Amino acid sequence: MADFDLELDASGLNCPLPILRAKKSLAKLEGGQVLHIIATDPGSVKDFEAFAKQTGNTLMESKEDGGKFYFLIKKS
Amino acid sequence: MPCEKFTVIATKGTLDWGYPPFILASTAAALGKDVSIFFTFYGLTMLKKDLSGLKVTPTGNPDMPMKMPFGPKWLRGIDFAPLVPNLLWNLPGMDNFSTTMMKKTVKNNGVATLEELRELCQEAEVKFLACQMTVELFGFEHSDFIDGVEYVGAATYFEESNDTETTQSIFI
Repeated sequence: MADFDLELDASGLNCPLPILRAKKSLAKLEGGQVLHIIATDPGSVKDFEAFAKQTGNTLMESKEDGGKFYFLIKKS
Repeated sequence: MPCEKFTVIATKGTLDWGYPPFILASTAAALGKDVSIFFTFYGLTMLKKDLSGLKVTPTGNPDMPMKMPFGPKWLRGIDFAPLVPNLLWNLPGMDNFSTTMMKKTVKNNGVATLEELRELCQEAEVKFLACQMTVELFGFEHSDFIDGVEYVGAATYFEESNDTETTQSIFI
């Protein structure tokens, strides 16, 4: 796991809340800083890809471990 | 080129159909789009100060699953909708029953309430446009609705969505 600057635990939340919370969390970061997101919504795997692509931020990592999904997004 | 604007025409006034406009609008705003929702006919209900009166009805909703939001796992797995004759859903109290069930299911699944989603939309500066003609037709007052609503006509909707190159528009 790479270093991150802020963590967002979106466990138990369903669409569209993980995306909306991620957007808010990213707003607190400076360009180049990294947000770590934990989610349980299986839809979030594709959604964070789509979110990163459309907002110009970089999805550095996306992985599943024990029924949870972990994402690292670097703010552009 | 990605769409920069997203407009929704929201026409439904039930607890279930209230979700799609707010979910899509809040997400589009999170993606950085300029978003507006034009609420018309029954959709206006979604702008009322108090949303606690919204209901969902299995009548005329033949695909709506009716599963217990509580109890043991085997019981939760049963879909009662096809097992119960349609006539029964028309009995007094059935809409209250299905509404309670849906609210409980929403909570169990970590889905936001309509009020929460509406607030998130407002925080994200989603523009709420209300059809003034319907306000008058249904005998509503502006004081029935939340703050921050613009009362407009169809021409304003077209102004919001006039650039087809950059605008995606949907009707719900």
